[in-house]
Amino acid sequence: MGPQQPTSKTDLFLSFTWLALQGFGGVLAVVQRELVEKKRWMTREQFIEDWAVAQIMPGPNVVNLSLMIGGRYFGLPGALAALAGMLAAPLVVVLLLAVLYGSVAETPAAQGALRGMGAVAAGLITATGIKLITALDKNAMGLLVCVGLACLTFVAIALLRWPLAWVLLGVGGGACVWAYRVLGLLDAQKAKG
Amino acid sequence: MAPTLAHWFDLFLHFASLSLLAVGGAITTAPDMHRYLVSEQGWLSEAQFTSSIALSQAAPGPNVLFVALLGWNVGLNAGGGPGVGWLAWGWALLGVVVSLVAIMLPSSVLTYTATQWGHRNRELRAVRAFKTGMAPIVIALLIATGWLLSATHNQPLRDWPLWLLTVATTLLVWRTRIHLLWLIGAGGLLGALGWV
Repeated sequence: MGPQQPTSKTDLFLSFTWLALQGFGGVLAVVQRELVEKKRWMTREQFIEDWAVAQIMPGPNVVNLSLMIGGRYFGLPGALAALAGMLAAPLVVVLLLAVLYGSVAETPAAQGALRGMGAVAAGLITATGIKLITALDKNAMGLLVCVGLACLTFVAIALLRWPLAWVLLGVGGGACVWAYRVLGLLDAQKAKG
Repeated sequence: MAPTLAHWFDLFLHFASLSLLAVGGAITTAPDMHRYLVSEQGWLSEAQFTSSIALSQAAPGPNVLFVALLGWNVGLNAGGGPGVGWLAWGWALLGVVVSLVAIMLPSSVLTYTATQWGHRNRELRAVRAFKTGMAPIVIALLIATGWLLSATHNQPLRDWPLWLLTVATTLLVWRTRIHLLWLIGAGGLLGALGWV
């Protein structure tokens, strides 16, 4: 658990509504900023762990993340409160946009605005990744192995454009096996005292 | 096309099965949704499909809402189009509910159950190994996503202002505590004015 906690399911719902409404071009950067840096409901390490699970599990990542965070504090009702917060208000906004679509979407100004916001969104997500790198200091595999794995993943996804599922299975699976070994050695050392 | 119960059931089943295949986010299933809705069933036009994706990207909130818009348009078409009036809007809302519930329910049940198990067994070596091993991968995936979003702008002479904006945003978010909405707003304004 992080240093702070949501006070109620209403708090969860409203917090997730607020961060969802800020999430243009993806909610993840906002989740990190709001829940880790501002509200301190979770540490950076916890955020990375949760995000890893949210990625591995099928289904929309941010939906998975809401379920996990909400469920941790208030069980199933908490999970549903966080999920509802994440979806309800943005759903209304996107449907309104769909109804209005056609009057402005074809104008150069609207398309330019979309392009500009897209470029900012790319920066948000990159910065989120960079900020989380320092959390690897505490990783049991050691910083060198972590950086190596991260570089491998980046090359496979960004440059070689391999399918995500294969990278998660290949690089991710290998990393988990290695971590299992390292943790076993550490546990054995601890047991010896 | 007169919508029958069987059609909605088909749609529900198709999206529900995609839900369990959507590793890496709902957007990874978009190509198959296109095949099913546009090519195979003819429930959506090409333009409706593309605009659904674009609109959901422009709006705040999770990307999965593009599925809600697909359902909205399927319902609207089934009801005879927006000219028909409130009945068509009703069908559109039904489309939203069917498609969103279908794309989220199976994966959410699975995720919730699995993560509750993982939380109860967090001291297990396998669970700890998963978290330790996946951490660097996940961080790299974030940076790679930022890279891929920028790489769609692939003409340096025309696109360098966009790249500059992305790099400036990265630095600002990384080094300062500036509110993210200011950055999004600034990006939108620069774009609307035609500067990037």
